[in-house]
Amino acid sequence: MMERTVVGGQGPPAEGSRAAPSEAERALEPAIELVGLRKDFGDRTALEGLDLRVGQGASLAVLGPNGSGKSTLLRILAGLLRPSGGEVSVLGCSLPKETHRLRGRVGYLGHEPLLYRDLSPRENLQLAAALHGIEPNTAGPRIDALLAAVGMRNRENDRVAELSAGMKQRIDICRAALHEPELFLLDEPDAHLDAEARRRIAPLVAAGNGTTRVVVSHERGAVTEAADFVLELG
Amino acid sequence: MTAFAALLSKDLRVELRTLRSLPAMALFAVTAFVIFRFGLDRTSLDGELAAGVLVPTLLFAALLAINRLFVAEREEGGFDLVRLAPVDRTVLFAAKASALVIYLVVLELIAVPIFALFFLDSASGLLPFALVLLLANIGLAATGTVISTIATMSSARDLLAPLILLPLLVPLVIAAAGAGEHLLAEGGPDYGRFGTWLGLLGLYDLIFLLVGYATFDFLLDD
Repeated sequence: MMERTVVGGQGPPAEGSRAAPSEAERALEPAIELVGLRKDFGDRTALEGLDLRVGQGASLAVLGPNGSGKSTLLRILAGLLRPSGGEVSVLGCSLPKETHRLRGRVGYLGHEPLLYRDLSPRENLQLAAALHGIEPNTAGPRIDALLAAVGMRNRENDRVAELSAGMKQRIDICRAALHEPELFLLDEPDAHLDAEARRRIAPLVAAGNGTTRVVVSHERGAVTEAADFVLELG
Repeated sequence: MTAFAALLSKDLRVELRTLRSLPAMALFAVTAFVIFRFGLDRTSLDGELAAGVLVPTLLFAALLAINRLFVAEREEGGFDLVRLAPVDRTVLFAAKASALVIYLVVLELIAVPIFALFFLDSASGLLPFALVLLLANIGLAATGTVISTIATMSSARDLLAPLILLPLLVPLVIAAAGAGEHLLAEGGPDYGRFGTWLGLLGLYDLIFLLVGYATFDFLLDD
């Protein structure tokens, strides 16, 4: 697997730090293109001068220590945070101006699960399906298949509050994959998961066939092994 | 199921399952009536005093629900869920305001009969007063939803919501209590200025529904 650091996270992008794109990359419209991205929180700069180009169907691993801006980058790519400067294009949408065009096309998995604790896994997935405009006759079988794939059919009617952290993570991954997004933005998807659960979720959030994937992690390992590119921040 | 129906049914289902808001609202209202009964040392109220006890009590009980309105969205990622979905964000405003109207109607179905039992000699004014309360509920829900969204983004949310909301609700309280004063008058309801108060409440509702619709998208932005 080819692995390369695209650009440093802090400070202006280093000249020539990004390897020349391959012919295949050039042929593809980039799924993600960042030019000089900056994000400030008050006086603190979380990201500065970040350049990045990820082709459609590629898989990018974002590495870095705590506080290096990995999750911030993911939230900007999802359209959940406004960049403070630079240019951001995701799936052909210029952010933040065209965030509305990006909605429904991204499968986002955050630090905390986007699940209502007092609803069951099935109810949470039904709500997500309704928000994404998936018809109930399509959503039902899709939810069944996802819950079976992550081994949660036997707990599908329990309240999320009663589930373990790993089970919540599995349900949240189902939620992110439910609407068959073009781009997965995954923040530590393996967190709280045992080896069996990791094996189960891998195909649900895989890159390829036009689906692009950005995975954030604080350490090298399976995430970087499965990635086409590695971006190191911090 | 539409996004609106899904969000509304989610709120109602969670409330039925957890009973976090409605019992507290009802208990607050009944406790307030008991305190007024002993504090005023009256077993019967009418006119402006009846309206002056009933309307603010319902308003303060409503604040309990308004403060909790977006707790799940803030703590369980509901805002992000809506922001990631291909839906108009105002659907969340509509669903939350509708849920609040339903909570208020349920509260009033419990609290108003108890108020009548405690204080009213005649309940003949309560039926037209229900229309006043319904219009007041819509205005309160629209304003409360907008302010609750703003307050949710702040660390001082518990203080902020009542501080901003209560002054904005003054016209609504004046109109609802003004209508109540005549409808709960001694000797039966007086419809003299009923239409004026209803018109004022309707105008208030319209303004704050439009404000909510126009601003909610921006309020959900980071």
